[in-house]
Amino acid sequence: MSQLITEPNISGADDFYAELLSLHEGRSKEDSDALNARLILILANHIGDRETLREAFELASAAGQQEQQS
Amino acid sequence: MVAVRYQTAFQLYPYERSTDQDASEPVRHSVVVVGGGPIGMAAALDLGLKGVPVLVLDDHDGVGQGSRAICFAKRALEIADRLGFGDPAVEKGVVWNEGKVFYDDRQVFGFNLLPEEGHKRPAFINLQQPYFEKFIVDRIRQAQADGVPIDIRGCNAVTSVTPNDDHVALSVDTPEGSYQLEADWLIACDGASSPIRNMLGLDFVGRVFEDNFLIADVKMQAEFPTERWFWFDPPFNRNQSALLHKQPDNIWRIDLQLGWDIDKREEQKPDNVVPRLKAMLGDDVEFELEWVSIYTFQCRRMEKFRHGRVIFSGDSAHQVSPFGARGANSGLQDTDNLCWKLKLVLDGRAPERLLDTYDIERVHGADENILNSTRSTDFITPKSETSRLFRNAVLDLSEVSAFARPLVNSGRLSVPCVYDGSPLNGSDDTTLPKATRPGAPATDAPLTSGDWLLDRLGNTFQLLAIGADVPECLEIDGIEVENVPVEPNDTIRERYLGSAPSAIYLMRPDQHVAARWQSFNREAVAAALKIATGNA
Ligand SMILES: Cc1cc2nc3c(=O)[nH]c(=O)nc-3n(C[C@H](O)[C@H](O)[C@H](O)COP(=O)(O)OP(=O)(O)OC[C@H]3O[C@@H](n4cnc5c(N)ncnc54)[C@H](O)[C@@H]3O)c2cc1C
Repeated sequence: MSQLITEPNISGADDFYAELLSLHEGRSKEDSDALNARLILILANHIGDRETLREAFELASAAGQQEQQS
Repeated sequence: MVAVRYQTAFQLYPYERSTDQDASEPVRHSVVVVGGGPIGMAAALDLGLKGVPVLVLDDHDGVGQGSRAICFAKRALEIADRLGFGDPAVEKGVVWNEGKVFYDDRQVFGFNLLPEEGHKRPAFINLQQPYFEKFIVDRIRQAQADGVPIDIRGCNAVTSVTPNDDHVALSVDTPEGSYQLEADWLIACDGASSPIRNMLGLDFVGRVFEDNFLIADVKMQAEFPTERWFWFDPPFNRNQSALLHKQPDNIWRIDLQLGWDIDKREEQKPDNVVPRLKAMLGDDVEFELEWVSIYTFQCRRMEKFRHGRVIFSGDSAHQVSPFGARGANSGLQDTDNLCWKLKLVLDGRAPERLLDTYDIERVHGADENILNSTRSTDFITPKSETSRLFRNAVLDLSEVSAFARPLVNSGRLSVPCVYDGSPLNGSDDTTLPKATRPGAPATDAPLTSGDWLLDRLGNTFQLLAIGADVPECLEIDGIEVENVPVEPNDTIRERYLGSAPSAIYLMRPDQHVAARWQSFNREAVAAALKIATGNA
């Protein structure tokens, strides 16, 4: 059974997206990369469930794959 | 002539001529152990105490100088207790539980391993390897005085090995020339560069880590606490790691990562080592160099540890990076596993295929160790941009948030191997606690009678009877099964009973659980014993 929520789940999508990007504003590429890594770890710990995390890993890499093929 | 490859810290078995050297025909021995390192000596002691005549051949006359292993884990100490040298090791060793992790120029967190109560032995002690080895040999000397059949021959280098169906033929070089020997069984404990493995043309594959580490043991009167300090990317060793850890006799182990492209000879010179150490310890700290060397690390193992009558144990069979202290600790679990099986085979109580379960169980152990130490090494030395990015993210977070601390991997310290899925595991009652399932080593516990559970276990098959009645002594298929009745107390209940009112555990001679039930049934025990001895 799928645990990962793949239906829209964030209210105020545009606001969230703007917040995410503003987090990176004015940062160097290196700084942004480091911040992203920290963010992934924080969110992963919040999710906690290994199966859900694995589903997220799969979704993330599959989506990237499709992009490369097209 | 026997080449001297290293200096000895203690001369313990000087060369003496043996009558075997004057025999007209090669003398046959029951078991020959090649290599008198910690693993070979532990094998000899274990077999000798079981009444098996054993001959140890070592190409030096004592214990090598320079402490390699310093960290001995609880399971190794429990094995040492079973063999009778646990007390001197723990008395001499430094017990530690606390540590600090530093990143860049700051401490990111401190930890306390908070050992679980109710165990005779601590989670770890730090002790120089030469002491550990000396305590084994001291114990062998004491056993020999009691008539235990162990023979140690120093300056006896094995130069050729010829396996046959029913024995192994050996050539041995000594200061007075060479001689021939035969062995029913040969245990190769001749270290990571195992000449025997090479003589037999056997594989040793795995991963080489392109990195060098400067290992320095220094003597100082400094006020550093008895803690394990680990630095990632410190100012005094940029882009590399460092470790400081206390040993007995005011000796400290310092481990500095140097990277791949270095001149090993240059780096080992005191003129280069001392400034590095001063940068780390501070200019005002006085110290003396006890021992310095440079290591590269590998994680690899043989595909199989048993090759007919030649059996590999310790570093000859598997090698890991030292982060996690798994080398000697796992080698001791090898011979712990092997010796009782070999004894049963020698006595004709078990088929030779029982020895293949040594292979299965200890390959499983080696894989676990290789996995863990590879992961530690990858965290300490990230192999890609991305892995460095995540490593540094973990370290940055560990300073401000507890969740990231378990992700910091500066070496996962050795924990005992559970032989899950082993063909020797018998029936399990899964209502009993998971930690003491078949395949697991017994968990220690204080007994109502004032002693420790593990001091009662080992060396023969046993029925650990907790709050249950079993016959005084059982003999099944010629194998004695000793009865160890134990009164339940809170710790015993938690570790062995769970919600069950009583339990019967069939224990192997290496203190691992073979099978368990809630009550005694002779047929069930007999069936489990058949499985545990390869007779099923
Ligand atoms: C820097 C460092 C730190 C370490 N730290 C730890 C730690 O904290 N904890 C831990 O558990 N492990 C640690 N280890 C690993 C540990 O030192 C080894 O796992 C352990 O020494 C292996 O023991 P052994 O008996 O298998 O082999 P060895 O100790 O290598 O002994 C092999 C013996 O065989 C002899 N020999 C070789 N060839 C022949 C021959 N042809 N004939 C006769 N004799 C021969 C040798 O002279 C030697 O005496 C560390 C290792 C290093 C390098």
